[in-house]
Amino acid sequence: MAGIPHDHYEPKTGAEKWLDSRLPIVGLIYNTIMIPTPKNLNWWWIWGIVLAFCLVMQIATGIILVMHYTPHVDLAFASVEHIMRDVNGGYFIRYLHGNGASLFFFAVYIHIFRGLYYGSYKAPREVTWIVGIVIYILMMGTAFMGYVLPWGQMSFWGATVITGLFGAIPGIGGAIQAWLLGGPAVDNATLNRFFSLHYLLPFVIAALVIIHIWAFHTTGNNNPTGVEVRRGSKAEAKKDTLPFWPYFVIKDLFALVLVLAIFFAVVAFMPNYLGHPDNYIEANPLATPAHIVPEWYFLPFYAILRAFTGDVWVVMLVNWLTFGIVDAKFFGVIAMFGAIAAMALAPWLDTSKIRSGQFRPAFKWYFWLLAVDFVVLMWVGAMPTDGIYPYISLIGATYWFGYFFVILPLLGVFEKPLPMPATIEEDFNNHYGKPAE
Amino acid sequence: MKKFLITAISALGIATGAFAAGDEGHVEDIAFSFEGPFGTYDQQQLRRGFQVYREVCSSCHGLKFVPLRTLADEDGLGMNPDWVRAYAAEMSIYDAELDDERPRKETDHFPTVTAANAPDLSLMAKARAGFHGPYGTGISQFVNGIGGPEYIYSLLTGYTGEEKEMAGAFFYENHTFPGGWISMNPPLSDDLIEYEDGTPATVHQMAEDVSAFLMWTAEPKLMPRKQWGFVAVLLLALFTTLLYLTNKRIWAPHKGSHS
Repeated sequence: MAGIPHDHYEPKTGAEKWLDSRLPIVGLIYNTIMIPTPKNLNWWWIWGIVLAFCLVMQIATGIILVMHYTPHVDLAFASVEHIMRDVNGGYFIRYLHGNGASLFFFAVYIHIFRGLYYGSYKAPREVTWIVGIVIYILMMGTAFMGYVLPWGQMSFWGATVITGLFGAIPGIGGAIQAWLLGGPAVDNATLNRFFSLHYLLPFVIAALVIIHIWAFHTTGNNNPTGVEVRRGSKAEAKKDTLPFWPYFVIKDLFALVLVLAIFFAVVAFMPNYLGHPDNYIEANPLATPAHIVPEWYFLPFYAILRAFTGDVWVVMLVNWLTFGIVDAKFFGVIAMFGAIAAMALAPWLDTSKIRSGQFRPAFKWYFWLLAVDFVVLMWVGAMPTDGIYPYISLIGATYWFGYFFVILPLLGVFEKPLPMPATIEEDFNNHYGKPAE
Repeated sequence: MKKFLITAISALGIATGAFAAGDEGHVEDIAFSFEGPFGTYDQQQLRRGFQVYREVCSSCHGLKFVPLRTLADEDGLGMNPDWVRAYAAEMSIYDAELDDERPRKETDHFPTVTAANAPDLSLMAKARAGFHGPYGTGISQFVNGIGGPEYIYSLLTGYTGEEKEMAGAFFYENHTFPGGWISMNPPLSDDLIEYEDGTPATVHQMAEDVSAFLMWTAEPKLMPRKQWGFVAVLLLALFTTLLYLTNKRIWAPHKGSHS
């Protein structure tokens, strides 16, 4: 494997050599867990392990839930209640799985924003970044389809609204929507295919996670300074790094277990806090809930979807230029997916030579404003579409796009960076002092 | 417009069930025994609430997701299993194998009742948000809870005494119900039932008891869930401490004295 020079696995005994010449799996595992890791990684770097744990937990609890769940419109809701009442520990497994989705997204948002702040997306880590964004999109699809499975009111109406987005595509939208739903409306066919895909996609995510890790093990981790590990020789690299095992395994496990203590408190003491009461009402196509609101982790992008109404001048202009093909609804859909695509393009939109936001005095402000913008969009995404809220959504959405398409390209040209440490070793010793030899 | 809506909704037969209430109507906060991380069900209260359900609510409302045998659960009502069997046998169920009605067994569920379009109450205490709907920051619900049982209590005690007839149906004014008019007539009145444990059966007492009972029907595993959670958090906290110390120790040789 390319990357930072370090000691590789050498088979010593006859048996080891025998296996290694046929299947070098021990070497692969050794090189993976002994990977040299920048020793100045801070606590924002612990969310990767939380995410890996979430994926395993969701698959493990999900497999158990599938043993007792029935994907049929007449039986799904009752089968969930069967899990909650009759299956041994079923109530805990289901609450872990439902709240696990929230932990998964909480962790992924911190992980993404960490990448945005420390410039982890910049060369040579663009592939790691893009794969990460693809994982995030698949997570959203998986979570959305999973939310449909209990077949409650919000499941049904959420599915109706979200698949309706595809119906907004001009010309072929109706056909795509019917294809996704397996019929003219959300029904048994929809439930069955969502169930199938909800089971499939996590394994696709798992494969992409391996690629994600492979990619950054090739380039090496980014770190809070954005300064690369010195790669001239093993001795030089050793001054900047420590092996992943045991230093970062133990550090990450400590953080993971602390996060899990809080997570289990939520699961055990307030398991329905993050859910919607409406989803404890069985799906009823004849009764629309008073408020259809997505899960909290979709709200920022849902707010962007709703921000572009027909009376926004950009929407009117695009509508006129396209002879009415792009209407407000379709514009909103493009904006929502565009907001995610903008993140994926960050490596090419950011012109700054400096990787880490730590040494970019102006960038810091815009970055934190983006973080605040994200939270504001999350809040406004759950609010009604009248009064002042559409304006807040519009300002929030505008800043989101402005950050990626205007601020990131321009800032690199005008910004004067702060002085930086020459090496990771220097940064580490500035923080912790030089270790006694 | 409002009148038209009420008529239209009641015509669909969903007037009492279709809303996620909360952002309209007044809901009173009750200090229920099962609130908070250490809250548990009050068994006597659950039994009283069950009596209210049995003697009042059950004529129109079902509990189709609740297995009768769970009435004997120690973490809930803890009824005598023989009593549960006898109670189950009072109700009949259609058995497809016999192609006939037979008495219910304790392994059957409570009946599905569809009288007067009354919604099933199994999950009602989790299907309503008392303190607010989906709007807002979530801080209120974090502090007060979601407020499902409180919603039921407030609905049962929220009648003003006003009624009106529309399109041949009667509606009763209620402070808690979204829209203010509900098709269910006031179900409770003082001394409507005689509690087996001698507690005075005021409207407020009955409303509170039946709300607690419906919380149990919605969340029968609340007590073991909290117990598991307590053990899990305790073990994880212990594990966190050990890992903290391990982490500190392995990193120490690589860090200097000042920090």
